[in-house]
Amino acid sequence: MANNAQNNGEKNESPKHTISVLVEHNFNALSRIVGLFSGRGFEIDSISFGHGQEPGLARITITTHGDEQIIEQITKQLHKIVDVHKVTDLTYEPLVERELALIKVYAPPSSRSEIMQIVNVFRAKIIDISPEKLTIEITGNQDKVDASIGMLRQFGIVEVARTGSVALKREFQGST
Amino acid sequence: MKESTESQEVKTEQQAQNEAGSSREMAGHEIFVETLRDVGVDTIFGYPGGAVLDIYNTLYDETKINHILVRHEQAGTHAADGYARSTGKTGVVLATSGPGGTNTVTGIATASMDSIPLVVFTGQVPTDLIGNDAFQEADIVGITRPITKHSYLVKDVSNLEKVIHEAFHIANSGRPGPVVVDLPKDMIKQKAQFRGIDSVELPSYKPVTKGHETQIAKAANMISEAERPLFYVGGGVTLGDASKELTKLAEKYNIPVTTTLMGLGTFPESKSQSLGMLGMHGTWYANMATTECDVLVAIGARFDDRVTGRLDGFSPKSKKIHIDIDPACISKNVPVDIPIVGDVKNVLPTLEKYMRQPEVDEWWETLNKWQEEHPLEVPQKDGVIMPQYMIEKLSEATKGEAIVVADVGQHQMWAAQHYTFNYPRSMLSSGGLGTMGYGFPAAMGAAVGNPDREVLCITGDGGFQMTSYELATAVEYQLPIKIAIMNNGYLGMVRQWQELFYEKRYSHSTMKSANPDFVKMAESYGAVGLRATTPEEVDPMLEKAMKVDDRPVVMDFVVDEEANCYPMVPSGAALYEMIESDEE
Repeated sequence: MANNAQNNGEKNESPKHTISVLVEHNFNALSRIVGLFSGRGFEIDSISFGHGQEPGLARITITTHGDEQIIEQITKQLHKIVDVHKVTDLTYEPLVERELALIKVYAPPSSRSEIMQIVNVFRAKIIDISPEKLTIEITGNQDKVDASIGMLRQFGIVEVARTGSVALKREFQGST
Repeated sequence: MKESTESQEVKTEQQAQNEAGSSREMAGHEIFVETLRDVGVDTIFGYPGGAVLDIYNTLYDETKINHILVRHEQAGTHAADGYARSTGKTGVVLATSGPGGTNTVTGIATASMDSIPLVVFTGQVPTDLIGNDAFQEADIVGITRPITKHSYLVKDVSNLEKVIHEAFHIANSGRPGPVVVDLPKDMIKQKAQFRGIDSVELPSYKPVTKGHETQIAKAANMISEAERPLFYVGGGVTLGDASKELTKLAEKYNIPVTTTLMGLGTFPESKSQSLGMLGMHGTWYANMATTECDVLVAIGARFDDRVTGRLDGFSPKSKKIHIDIDPACISKNVPVDIPIVGDVKNVLPTLEKYMRQPEVDEWWETLNKWQEEHPLEVPQKDGVIMPQYMIEKLSEATKGEAIVVADVGQHQMWAAQHYTFNYPRSMLSSGGLGTMGYGFPAAMGAAVGNPDREVLCITGDGGFQMTSYELATAVEYQLPIKIAIMNNGYLGMVRQWQELFYEKRYSHSTMKSANPDFVKMAESYGAVGLRATTPEEVDPMLEKAMKVDDRPVVMDFVVDEEANCYPMVPSGAALYEMIESDEE
């Protein structure tokens, strides 16, 4: 997943989809969902799993890509899983989407101030600092996270940890 | 998180305590047997072992549930599958942990591919040993996850009753399929309240049954206006018990019907509307009808690659209507114009209500001409039993009324072509997975579930040897199965492909140098063994065989070694690009 930014060019040939799944909170359900993707040759670009609105339910957000027929199969097959309550393809809906990334980058005094400028531009935060390295926390949609990693790459990235996207449908925004 | 089994389980434990006043305390193994009775189980196919000894101890005194001791868990699973296919009830398997569970895998995958309702109970090591590589431990829920509709690992004995009810409900509703329930040894020892549950509540599982009326009306209109309509009928009509509804509809409007392997028998083949089977070894006229029709109505069928051939050449002139209970089947392989999600048993009568008589006379002229010009061939050879002749003789001897269980290979396709199937749930075969070794144990299951019907297993010398050890079971339970071995000394279908596509290089496909003497083999188990090597010997052998009613009969038909099954759509070809015979 750390390589996401590099692979993006070739990966995004077919449209990206964000699929939200409300599911029973157990490992069997999560395994079935992941197994469905590997078993049927679908792809997962990112996946996040956490508690949903009610105890006992989990919200899984999957970003994937594929043509319309593949995405239709993915949503239908997900829906067939007994533990799955609801599957929503958020791609065609207004949505709010966020990903959090922690980026550890080489930051000797000579390049530190330039890095901090980039951090400001992306409204990111520095959450750890040592004589040689900085760890940056950034939140945004996947594109923004990709872009910030792209900008920091020239300084030498030590490690990246990304959560994968989480998303919800955007509510009514007022009439125009 | 590892311990986070369904959080529902916590709730039910509380419920259980609340209701404790009206319920009885029992050990898990007693709850198990009691609940099986409650859900209507009358037969279990099983094999004991360490992890399930408590259950077997309870079964020792059980009078209502019939336990069939098989000789291998794979065969037990096929037998439960054959029982389910022939009766419509859910097949039940009981196996121990570890190897007991892994032996059921092929049977579960077979059932999964053909949507057969099974509940497979496996023993498991005690919960505190799970994950420790304990003796006879295998993660059977993990191993079977991709081939089950759902699975359970019971981690709280107070949920056992509810889990069993859910498992049976899931297995045999919507699009049916196998469910695995893994039972750790401590769960079947511990005690809990038995509550006598009578309903299942699964908020996330609500299969659609009723079709969308407007869609059905639209479909009816499309069929009514068609000039060359065709019904393409699959296993969904078998599973949905909609044979009557289908037959009524097709006869009333005189619409031709072709069935898949899984749909055989749902429309009586003796009726004039029947075109037999379509697909790789379908009839010439069924495949041409599929190619030439202008409205194709897929009813409980899933456009399998063995049916469609090359997709861009499949039914290119037709508008397509697809009726299926599983929305994921619709437009998976072939895009359709009118999808109808619903239970065929509900949809077909509604379709009938909205339909008008289409103009099909001209279409029937063409179809009749095709049937005359390109019939299925029954070749003759002096002094040699031809496979097609063998099947016709079997059809005759059983008056087309047997439950036919075919294994996998050439004999399966010949059986599909040449036996006249007039009844639903009377042709059982591993269609999706193509499991060699399925036939004979599945026939045992059919015989157990249908003591009043003739059960005929058509198998090959290769496939029979994969599960022939079950002769012991069939003899023990006095199952009068007629086993017809189409003995050509080869893995016939492999040989046929090697002949046609691999320059006759018969690499590892011959069995004849070390085939057993099937007659002696049968006799050694206490079954009846018979053999026919010439056409003249067939009738007398069949006559002898049909008289036996207290044990299995093995009939060794020594047939032509290198006969090929035609018509054949070569892999990668379109349905209309059939090879019709050797001469081409």
